[in-house]
Amino acid sequence: MKLSIERVALLTALAHVQSVVERRNTIPILSNVHLDAADGALALTATDLDIAIVEKVPAKASRAGATTVPAHTLYDIVRKLPDGAEIELAQKPGDTRLQLRAGRSEFTLACLPKEDFPVMAAGDLPAKFNISAADLRRLIDKTRFAISTEETRYYLNGIYLHAAQSAGVPVLRAVATDGHRLARVETPLPDGAAAMPGVIVPRKTVNELRKLIDGVDGDVEVALSDTKIRFAVDEASLTSKLIDGQFPDYERVIPPDNPRALAITASDLAQAVDRVSTISSERSRAVKLALDKDRLLVSATSPENGTAVEELTAAYNEGALEIGFNSRYLLDIMDQVEKGGEARFALKDSGSPTVVRDASDEGALFVIMPMRV
Amino acid sequence: MLRHAELDRLSIAHIDCDAFYAAVEKRDDPSLRDKPVIVGGGRRGVVSTCCYVARLYGVRSAMPMFKALRACPQAVVIRPRMSIYAGVAREVREMMRSLTPLVEPVSLDEAYLDLSGTERLMHASPALTLARLAARIEREIGITVSVGLSFNKFLAKQASELDKPRGFAVIGRAGIREFLAPRPVATILGVGKAMQAKLADAGLQTIGDLQREAPEDLMRRFGAMGARLARLAVGDDDRPVDPEGETKSVSAETTFNEDLRRLDELEHELWPLCEKVSRRLKAAGLAGRTVTLKLKTDDFHIRTRAESLPHPTQLAEVIYRDARELLAREADGTAFRLIGVGLSHFDPPELADPPDLLDRRPGQVRAIETAIDKVRAKFGEASIGKGRGLELGPPVSSRPATSPAEPARPSAHTRNSPARDRR
Repeated sequence: MKLSIERVALLTALAHVQSVVERRNTIPILSNVHLDAADGALALTATDLDIAIVEKVPAKASRAGATTVPAHTLYDIVRKLPDGAEIELAQKPGDTRLQLRAGRSEFTLACLPKEDFPVMAAGDLPAKFNISAADLRRLIDKTRFAISTEETRYYLNGIYLHAAQSAGVPVLRAVATDGHRLARVETPLPDGAAAMPGVIVPRKTVNELRKLIDGVDGDVEVALSDTKIRFAVDEASLTSKLIDGQFPDYERVIPPDNPRALAITASDLAQAVDRVSTISSERSRAVKLALDKDRLLVSATSPENGTAVEELTAAYNEGALEIGFNSRYLLDIMDQVEKGGEARFALKDSGSPTVVRDASDEGALFVIMPMRV
Repeated sequence: MLRHAELDRLSIAHIDCDAFYAAVEKRDDPSLRDKPVIVGGGRRGVVSTCCYVARLYGVRSAMPMFKALRACPQAVVIRPRMSIYAGVAREVREMMRSLTPLVEPVSLDEAYLDLSGTERLMHASPALTLARLAARIEREIGITVSVGLSFNKFLAKQASELDKPRGFAVIGRAGIREFLAPRPVATILGVGKAMQAKLADAGLQTIGDLQREAPEDLMRRFGAMGARLARLAVGDDDRPVDPEGETKSVSAETTFNEDLRRLDELEHELWPLCEKVSRRLKAAGLAGRTVTLKLKTDDFHIRTRAESLPHPTQLAEVIYRDARELLAREADGTAFRLIGVGLSHFDPPELADPPDLLDRRPGQVRAIETAIDKVRAKFGEASIGKGRGLELGPPVSSRPATSPAEPARPSAHTRNSPARDRR
């Protein structure tokens, strides 16, 4: 194998694939990235056995061939090379080392045989549809904060992606919850997605996918079965296993008719909560919201730190109510509201789940469980 | 003893039982009275306590048993009977609590007492009250104690060591610096071997050496410990006598009559321990985030496995569910002689078992356990329990060793147990 490639092209592709590679690996080959040079392109592949990312970048290949080298090492080298550098990669037939040259720098990297690199079999992916990268970003960005990390409820460790009906309109829905808050975001159902099975996309896949589609303008091709999913964008594709489990019946926990409505500028509430929660104890992070006619008092008390209170104006006229929330959870949800937008709360009482909507985004809904304060 | 200029103004005491385990053994077997007695041995083979006769031969606690026996071959070695000692310690503590609620146990055989304001109640000065207590412990329990009386915990402890055994010593405010100056730094609580070596490197071997240093220097060189040393070196200690102490973990364990291998049998032993831990957490207003399972194999190897919970808990059910998972991984056919479960990393109880959007169980479990606790408080421990407690009959460890056919203590749940005959 022998090729030359622009630093920036190699760096972008490596950035995508190397982040799949775990820092610690018991199987040495999983630390490596698979390089395959042919037909004016270099294909890079990395996998952790659950996710595989392949990305093709243009390269001037003068001799075809393939090998594997340590992914993080290669990435670090390329990252440190000067901007605009032209990189040459070469491996003589039968050699177990890869030469990397750029300007006056020269590196020799130990290779592992390409035959040992695990290939992830995607199998048949019958359901296929296209979605714009922007829509997919929105589904991810507004839900992933609520993904659970609790291992005992492994079926919550991802985003539940499925076709649904919203007031009679078919939608593609992303739902994530950790039992304390829930995010449900939807977008009109893309053509061909009606037949898709409901699937739980694991957290790591979600995060890798998000990096892959950052700044992309066009469409993402999605293909899936009930055990695997593949996202293809431009010259890159990500294939992942899905979480084998049953996502809970989330509709059951969204209260349909909480009687008390509160409207407030999301960023105002977020800033007040952020300031006041400075006082909250590290473990509880609790803030109290005291509602009264057109007025909202945000407060926190901690036996060690002291007290804090801030008054906000808000549209509210449903009788006095005091309710406590984890400030972190409240801030996460306020972050999802469009810039300068209004958050619309629907509350019942201090012990019941509260619904939050974004006034400027009908397709996003959040639920937050209050805490005892 | 009862003549000291400041006697009436001192009210913080440290009470230490003399050679506690050995003293209990001598009490229970008078033939040992004049013999050197060593309590210890067992797995690690070290001396846990030795009597004052054995000390004459150079035996010391924490000494390896073979060394101790080389120094004193005629010593009587007794395996520790911890449950007996714990019972005696409880009796001693009860007597202390009859004088003041401010009793802070340090270990089984040591406690601090704050007797401030008890003069009117006891019709005596703290010194006289303590002297009466020491006499009463000797008369009614049959062991001796040493008492140190001063105006803070650090000096009370120094005092109790002055005149051991069966001692009573008083340290007043006057002449404190001079009194402490010649003592080695190791007498300060918290100064172990490593700290001692560090201090020795800096040329600091006695408390007097510390007194000559500027507190800022000590602080700069030894951090927070330096600040503490500077204060204690002049006898300054403002720690209150805290009857709660600081609980770091709550645990319960049981040793089986016969070794157990089967998961279902081990689970059956585990459940009442989880209930016990939960009950203590609820009583103490604590909620723990880390569950620890402890097992002792038939060859005395200890296995501990710990796991963090997503949220702090007080509930027996939650503790059991997690500990059971840990247990399932260990129940590989190994014979175990002991099982224990504990909770640590505490949070305030209001953070315990938060409501969950998807899982209604925490709320239900809480309601069920609260109901069970109330029934038990009224009608006794055996009056009600979860079905889990029935499956295998009463736990082996609480069964009387004799009379396998007829349980000596039939309780509501054993009588109806259909599976009892399986054993």
